[in-house]
Amino acid sequence: MKTYDVAELAVRNLRESILRNSLTTVGISVGVASLVAMLSLGIGLQQLAGRRLQKSGLFDTVVVTSRRDLHGFNRDQEENGPAPAESPVLNEPARQTIAQLPNVLEAYPDIRFISELRYEDKPYLTMMAGLPFSARDNDAFDGMQGNFFSSETASEVILQKSFAAQLLGRTPRNGSDDLSVAELAKPLLGKQLTMRYAERTATPATDTATNALSVTPDGSGNSAAYSVVSREATLKIVGVCDLDPDSMRGQARARVFLPLQLAQNLHVMQPSDLRDTANLANGAPAYATVEVHVKSPTQVQPVEDAIKKMGFNTFSIVDATRSLRQFFAVLDLFLGIFGSLALAVASIGIINTLVMAILERRREIGIMKAIGASDGDVKGLFFAEAGVMGVFGGFVGVALGWAIGRVINLGTNVYLKRQHFPPEQIWFVPWWLVLGAIAFAIVVSLLSGLYPASRAARLDPVQALRYE
Amino acid sequence: MPGPGESSLKASIAIRTENLCRHYSMGEALIRAVDGISLQITSGEFVALLGTSGSGKSSLLNLIAGLDRPTSGTVVVQESDLAGLSREELAKYRLHTVGMVFQSFNLIPSMTLLENVELPLRFAEVDRGKREGLAKQALDRVGLSARLRHRPTELSGGEQQRASLARALINQPRFLLADEPTGNLDSQTGTEIMNFIREFNESLGMTIIMVTHERTLAERYASRMIFLADGKLIGDQSNAVFAAQTGGGRP
Repeated sequence: MKTYDVAELAVRNLRESILRNSLTTVGISVGVASLVAMLSLGIGLQQLAGRRLQKSGLFDTVVVTSRRDLHGFNRDQEENGPAPAESPVLNEPARQTIAQLPNVLEAYPDIRFISELRYEDKPYLTMMAGLPFSARDNDAFDGMQGNFFSSETASEVILQKSFAAQLLGRTPRNGSDDLSVAELAKPLLGKQLTMRYAERTATPATDTATNALSVTPDGSGNSAAYSVVSREATLKIVGVCDLDPDSMRGQARARVFLPLQLAQNLHVMQPSDLRDTANLANGAPAYATVEVHVKSPTQVQPVEDAIKKMGFNTFSIVDATRSLRQFFAVLDLFLGIFGSLALAVASIGIINTLVMAILERRREIGIMKAIGASDGDVKGLFFAEAGVMGVFGGFVGVALGWAIGRVINLGTNVYLKRQHFPPEQIWFVPWWLVLGAIAFAIVVSLLSGLYPASRAARLDPVQALRYE
Repeated sequence: MPGPGESSLKASIAIRTENLCRHYSMGEALIRAVDGISLQITSGEFVALLGTSGSGKSSLLNLIAGLDRPTSGTVVVQESDLAGLSREELAKYRLHTVGMVFQSFNLIPSMTLLENVELPLRFAEVDRGKREGLAKQALDRVGLSARLRHRPTELSGGEQQRASLARALINQPRFLLADEPTGNLDSQTGTEIMNFIREFNESLGMTIIMVTHERTLAERYASRMIFLADGKLIGDQSNAVFAAQTGGGRP
């Protein structure tokens, strides 16, 4: 029999027992829907995690330090590469060279320092850090009250929630996170802070400022000469953020942030300045750390290798992304297995329906064989009926799964909104999932149809014709 | 070397059975439905298989139709031993060589008459465009052109049997095998059906093998009567009544 004849007869036969076949098809649809809903949630969560991590900058960042710091990020780095004394200095020219490397978006120095901030005449000692302008896309600023810096050199600061609480004399009870950013920001936004800091100036050693520390050259022409002057600057509070944009820093975490360019212009004395005093030929400042942002996490490794070749130590957590992908692959697998269980139950429904159909249509099969249908024709017909149910079940199931995922997403966002979190897309149905689920439904249906179809084909026509 | 007479006789033999047996096991009992039947049917004959219930008429017909396989012996149709054919080849044989008519009509109730008659054409992979025309032509031949879209349950027994005849003829088979074709019909409708069958025999030259337990029917239409009892052939004779009616023999 020709394929379209088989399909046409299959559809007509299915229409004859429309209720039973519809219920079987609904069974397949529910199976496919659970598969699609589960996998779309898995994929959505994976994408959400990927987006958050991408925004956090953790996975596309390479941290560069000088070997002169005498501590590499691992033993391999300590044992290989140039000796620390012969290694290059991590200074502005080195930063610029790194910034020119392929696939590097930006390379900026990490400037952080302990400073005394005065607010309403009370002193507060805290760690401050320069933030590059590109950090405005960082997800730590998602729930921020106020605004990001108005310009790269604006005399503005963003406070971390805990420091804002400290300024207002409020402390969370037993470490619980019950302070609202909005409440903290309200009295602080627009207020001024006075920052006292140590400025490193190229002032000759002969400068005799009373509050200045002078470092004089040793006469060999190989050392630096600069002065350290105590300065004050007034900064305006423009934002209070909930999360910690500096979470990679551990103990050296800053709680107050100012524009990186402003921090550089202030020439704040860095701990590394003192270390390098004896070694610097021209007195130009060296950086303790340079952070390199790479175009995509996949480019991290080649960029890291290129920087290592320059003689610097590097660190990235690109390996963590591999673990993350592995985790989600396992999660997707399990979600897929759970989703498929419903489809497995549905396949039993198909077998049941078709076996019942064989019993009911025993005589019809006998007639078809008597008038010339081959075993293949009969088998093809039952096989096609299973396939048609699979096609319908697949399409309806994908639509149902899509709708379930959407409802879950909607419900989650209502919950997130109540918890004062921004909305998230935790569900995603890619095209491959749509096509894959339909194909899977058809394959499962066809496999389920194998036994009934071959049973129908094997029927003895004489026996079948006697059946009433 | 066979003589010319022998050769022409051999050529005209359409169906030959030799010591044909079909035995069934039923519990510990062995049912000998067909028990050592040897016969020859020449092309164009109208043969009636006569006997009481359980005499083996329908079993013999099923063996000739390729619906069943013999326990032993051979059925040779047009020089082809059916016992040696594969299931696929037997299906093709049923599709192209024989047409079958049953006592209970055996039309598919979910299909219209047109679709029922078209069905063998689907199995024969005839193009969709040609199928409808051929099926309409066949139904027209049995006087059912006004009933194309009706389902079998909407028709009388006679009409259903006529549709069944149209379906049996649609692939232009050489043999028409009819199993009690008038068994479920009143005498007038039965005559109508038998007239159609006789017409196919005479005008198309089809070989007819008809199972019946009505001797009068056989005498009226068949040219030869084969009598069976307990699966055995107990008589094989030319139909004298038929010969008298047709003026001494077949045209």
